[in-house]
Amino acid sequence: MTQHSTSTMSVARAIATKDLRIEWRSKVLVNQVLPFAGIVMVLFAFALDNDGILQRVAPGLVWLAVLFSSLIIVQRTFAIESADNALDAIKVAGVSPAGVFLGKSVALVVQLLLFECVLVLLSLVLYQVQLSWGGAVLLVTVSFLANTGIAAMGALYGGLGAAAKGRETLLPLLLLPAVAPVLIAATRATESAFGVSGATLGEGWPWAALLAVFGALFGFGGTLAFGVLTEE
Amino acid sequence: MNSIHPFPSPVDTPTGTRASRGLGIVVFLGMVFLTLLGLFFTDEDVVQGSTVRLMYIHVPTAWVAYLAFIVTAVTSAMYMWGKQHSLTFDRIAGASAEVGVIFMGLCLVTGSLWGRITWGTYWQWDPRLTTTAFLFVTYVGYLAVRDLGGSHHQRAKRSGVVALLAVLEIPLVHFSVVLWRSLHQEASVLQPNGDVTMDGLMLFSLLFGVAVFTLLFSWMVLHRQRVLALADAIEDGGLETALQERRNEAN
Repeated sequence: MTQHSTSTMSVARAIATKDLRIEWRSKVLVNQVLPFAGIVMVLFAFALDNDGILQRVAPGLVWLAVLFSSLIIVQRTFAIESADNALDAIKVAGVSPAGVFLGKSVALVVQLLLFECVLVLLSLVLYQVQLSWGGAVLLVTVSFLANTGIAAMGALYGGLGAAAKGRETLLPLLLLPAVAPVLIAATRATESAFGVSGATLGEGWPWAALLAVFGALFGFGGTLAFGVLTEE
Repeated sequence: MNSIHPFPSPVDTPTGTRASRGLGIVVFLGMVFLTLLGLFFTDEDVVQGSTVRLMYIHVPTAWVAYLAFIVTAVTSAMYMWGKQHSLTFDRIAGASAEVGVIFMGLCLVTGSLWGRITWGTYWQWDPRLTTTAFLFVTYVGYLAVRDLGGSHHQRAKRSGVVALLAVLEIPLVHFSVVLWRSLHQEASVLQPNGDVTMDGLMLFSLLFGVAVFTLLFSWMVLHRQRVLALADAIEDGGLETALQERRNEAN
């Protein structure tokens, strides 16, 4: 272990712990963003207004709600940095940008997991889908892998927006097309987990592999690119 | 005059050179000939009728769009990894992406029109179409990143990273869409190429279109990157002028 990699990891741990502690204390996500995701799920039901259709499209709706919420979560996670120019302070302090990226990504993965637990529970209640034990294992794996991809891209483009000062509106335009493969793969895998649209459990695992490739690729790419993107 | 406005003006720094003007004339003549080929000299297709004439524009625009994004990626990489970090590469990348977005838009529009007549619908969730649409949106985002402000090198680095990330993204988008469609829908699209033999003049017109559009692309990128260089020079000059004014005030 070199000195650099040690400091990268310790920076990542510090940033992730700090972000999660801020959320734990402020409760902004739980009090504001989570209800938003919940109301989106209810609005989907109003818009589609048919139990059969709802059951069939439930996996897609869950992941759409996750993606919409992720935009707010990513903006929030960088708003706390740009509010007091904390990102500049971090840069001036000379800490490893890769560490900041990894820390932000880990915190995002944890927050997104919380969201997915609630959204899946809501879909079981509101859309009447079924979840077997095997399906639950697949769903947990898929959620974790999908979050890695969303978090990596979110941290990367969120950081870019934050560094450019007040250009956070760019985030949806950059993030949503980039995470389209995550939406497709996670939705198909969740169809298998829920057993809807005739999908079997075994069909879900190859999609999980695609999510793993996506997460690994952009986790690695993001670690290299974050410093350049957030440079002043 | 120059002491007050030391900016490069279109009069004293034109973007055209003798070579680029020559290229422009060749492109213009080529376009005229392509129009004659597409509309008058070539016959109707046995299956598609006159709709096939759209192909003489559609295929070249698709080719130029993909070529433009390859050029953007390659020149971005040349900026990032080049020893000089030459901003010329960055400006070529930007100019190429701008031209690419225009041509990809044209490609989507002409493809839609052709699809409406041939398939009966403007849009099919075909992997190639879907990937093209994603590529379009991704590079609109790339252009937005170029507009974020900051120094020229900051712009070059940021947009360079985004261009290289797009190179990773696009195959993944394509692959996931291919998997998605293959599981859910059999290919129901009429495939007019494949084993259909193409008339010699039609094939020539298509290839001629690709060649002329490639020259058009070169001509547009050449001029656009020169305009971008002038814009950068004005920005730099603007700063120097402001500094000079302050110095004059101090004196």
